[in-house]
Amino acid sequence: MIADAVGAILLAAITLYAILGGADFGGGLWDLLAGGAARGRPARDLIEESITPVWEANHVWLVFALVIFWTAFPDAFAAVMTAAALPLWLAVLGIVLRGAGFAFRKEVTSLGLQRLFGATFALSSLLTPFFMGAVIGGIAASRISTRPTHSTLAVWTSPTSILIGLLFVSACGYLAAVYLTGEAARRGEERLRVYFTRRAQAAGAVTGALSLATLAELHGSDPGLSHHLTGRALPLVIVAALTGLVVLVLLALDRLRGPRTLAALGVAAVIWGWGVAQYPALLPGTALTLTNAGAPDATQAAIVVVFAAAVVLVGPSFGLLFALHGRQVLTGGQTSQTGPDAPG
Amino acid sequence: MHWGNVHAIAAAHVTGQVVPARAQMATTLGFHIILACLGIALPTIVLIAEFIGLRRGDETAMTLARRWSQAMGVLVAVGAVTGTVLSFEMGLLWPGLMRQYGAVLGLPFGIEGLFFFLEAIFTAIYLYGWRRLPGWAHFWTGMPIAISGILGAMSVIAVNAWMNQPGGFTSHDGRIVSVNPWQVFFNHAAYYEMPHMILAAYMVSGFTVAGVYAAGILRGRRDRYHYTGFAIGFVTAAVLTPFQIVVGDTAARAIASDQPVKFASMEYVAKTGTNLPEWLGGVYANGHIYGGLRIPDFDSLLVGFSPGTKVTGWDSVPAADRPPVPWLIHLCFDAMVGLAFLLLLAGLWALWTWWRTRRLPSHRLFWLLGAVSGLAAIVAMECGWVVTEVGRQPWVVYHLQTTTQAATTNGGVITSLSLVIILYAVLGTATILILRTLARRWRSGDQAGPGVPYGPPGQPAGQVKT
Ligand code: HDD
Ligand code: HEM
Ligand code: HEM
Repeated sequence: MIADAVGAILLAAITLYAILGGADFGGGLWDLLAGGAARGRPARDLIEESITPVWEANHVWLVFALVIFWTAFPDAFAAVMTAAALPLWLAVLGIVLRGAGFAFRKEVTSLGLQRLFGATFALSSLLTPFFMGAVIGGIAASRISTRPTHSTLAVWTSPTSILIGLLFVSACGYLAAVYLTGEAARRGEERLRVYFTRRAQAAGAVTGALSLATLAELHGSDPGLSHHLTGRALPLVIVAALTGLVVLVLLALDRLRGPRTLAALGVAAVIWGWGVAQYPALLPGTALTLTNAGAPDATQAAIVVVFAAAVVLVGPSFGLLFALHGRQVLTGGQTSQTGPDAPG
Repeated sequence: MHWGNVHAIAAAHVTGQVVPARAQMATTLGFHIILACLGIALPTIVLIAEFIGLRRGDETAMTLARRWSQAMGVLVAVGAVTGTVLSFEMGLLWPGLMRQYGAVLGLPFGIEGLFFFLEAIFTAIYLYGWRRLPGWAHFWTGMPIAISGILGAMSVIAVNAWMNQPGGFTSHDGRIVSVNPWQVFFNHAAYYEMPHMILAAYMVSGFTVAGVYAAGILRGRRDRYHYTGFAIGFVTAAVLTPFQIVVGDTAARAIASDQPVKFASMEYVAKTGTNLPEWLGGVYANGHIYGGLRIPDFDSLLVGFSPGTKVTGWDSVPAADRPPVPWLIHLCFDAMVGLAFLLLLAGLWALWTWWRTRRLPSHRLFWLLGAVSGLAAIVAMECGWVVTEVGRQPWVVYHLQTTTQAATTNGGVITSLSLVIILYAVLGTATILILRTLARRWRSGDQAGPGVPYGPPGQPAGQVKT
């Protein structure tokens, strides 16, 4: 019972990381594709301003998810960390380069350095989602054993892993483009709104196609998981598909209200679909489930308490941050060179 | 390179991974801890400056607060990414530790996560709210950062203290069966490690800020701006130094009784006995102590306030259970203590002169001391960690799990270690260069963005062109 609650908390933390932190990584993707220094400037500025105040707070969801994972399910955690060490190291590399590149880029004045740090930020933004997706693919595809002693390529190079890795990258891009469309509209930047609408549509289409491909691939390679995805997780799969379609339609109609929430909901539905399909297994293909992966009840109860405290304390704080950011109270400020009124 | 081959080779020498894993943990922690110190205490120092600025309408203090905020933006980002690396390393390098004790030591980390959220959220509001949030409202958005910095530090240190004095759980057949979160958090080492680390963070941050301005003053930038910047950092840190020494002394005595072999390495106690001498400096090798100053009976006196006090030596345990390099532990301990007294001296000098003349000392030596005080505090802090961590060896969890049992069985740690060293060297250099670029930009009058509504207009007071 309590293990189920903790499992849900872990999934919630992963979901929040995906829809908040994921969009920050997606921003890097669009930064990468924005073109030359002059042409890409408006898009890059918008990306910069929308990510700057929030990415660190969003990033904490990853740390939080990691901590819940190792505290509540230490056996499964140790197994994943051993078997999937290489892709995880690469994801970590992406995190370091992304964060540092982003923070440094805005403090340097010469174009050459801005390019260097900007490219570091943009390229590394692809690394982390891809490899995290590949690891999750490895878990879903039963590639991790209970007590692995070594990391192997087989864990994360199966077609499932590669597809899910790509899916993560495109989903990040999709979320980011949808959010940025709204952001551009709110600032009355008509050209940027159209610019990101197109990209949101394209990324949405790619994400949809990759999702279908993943489902098809799982049907062949992993009938068990596939069975549950089209069984008890079917409602969530349908929600994911529907929200995707509705977002594409709303974007085509230039509606601004719905897309953000719906896009986030769609990504959340995919993650919960995975969770529901694999329940109660933690590492499919092993005996490890939510209830026997290592932590006693007192620990799990403590996690529920910590999470409740997080909801009470952190929830409103996030609300304040996003509200202030939404009203553009947190722009320009002390550290940004690219504030709306700043010269250049 | 074929990764699989590396694993095959490594499998034959599982223990071969322990040494690079320890080196990697030490490198990444040693780097992160500097940023962590600044993350814990710099917000308070910025808030002090902003308070002075708002309360007294002091534009110089206000300029300082705004500029330090800008530096904070860079430092916090580097602190966040290096911290994330550590979180992954707990699993990637020490899966044995996490498998066995994750359910216990994970709890304080979870609480830390809570404070990370608050810290990150309010840091964002504070840093980016300078322009649009009104004066005191802006000031108050900084308070949660300062508070969650302290509570977050208590939580991480709870983990480290637990590794030194584990407790608060029961196990059966090697599985954890029950946990008492309260006893895990407030374990037997927490009461001294927590205050000692938090004070260290304030000393590092305060003296580092002071050092930057002392260096400027030495270069002839003798203006109100530099004196104010120096004073805010220096006073904060110097006032706390005596308390740090008292806490450190308490820690040392607790270790003499709770972790006697660590203490024996700190003080070169080879054989259990009474009337033991205190060694200042000296290198222990092949059963001899080369160099160093010997003070008869003083070690026994420090531990139990009488020369007859019996102190446990490292002969009390078999050689395999002793820390590997006593000379390193001893010299680091001496360096920490020595630097503590040097910093105390700097503070006393300033206090004495202030009492006599209502001014800061004008002697060049004082400013030289001030200029290196930040570095001295950082070195003392790093040395303290070497004492704690190397002194705990061969245990990762004291008397329960060895570092070898904790380490990953994966190969390739040498590769990751080499990459980490290169990456962190670049990261560290870039951080310092960026901070210097910022300082240069400030000096040349470029505010990098428009000023704050209640800040000084245009060229800030006390600015000097170089
Ligand atoms: C500014 C930094 C600083 C200064 C001036 C001092 N220390 Fe320290 N010391 C630390 C920073 C530090 C530290 C890095 O923060 C440590 C590492 C772990 C901890 O809790 O604090 C530490 C650890 C540490 C330990 C080992 C704790 C353990 O293994 O659990 C002892 C015995 C002392 N200290 C003793 C002292 C004494 C007697 C000092 C002065 C006379 C002193 N320290 C000054
Ligand atoms: C919450 C704080 C910390 C935790 C949980 C922690 C944890 C660990 C772990 C798990 C290891 C590897 C196992 C071992 O060698 O015993 C280690 C080693 C080490 N850590 Fe820490 N650490 C902390 C703080 C620090 C800091 C701030 C430093 C600063 C330099 C540091 C320095 C080292 C060193 C030098 C080693 C290697 C010791 C050796 O193998 O000889 N630690 N730490
Ligand atoms: C193994 C030990 C450690 C781990 C796993 C760890 C983990 C982390 C993580 C994940 C972050 C980033 C949070 C974010 O995204 O904002 C972070 C930042 C931070 N950590 Fe650590 N940490 C460790 C050791 C320490 C120690 C010993 C201290 C100090 C007592 C400390 C204090 C901080 C602070 C104050 C920050 C905020 C970042 C900043 O403002 O620069 N950490 N740490």
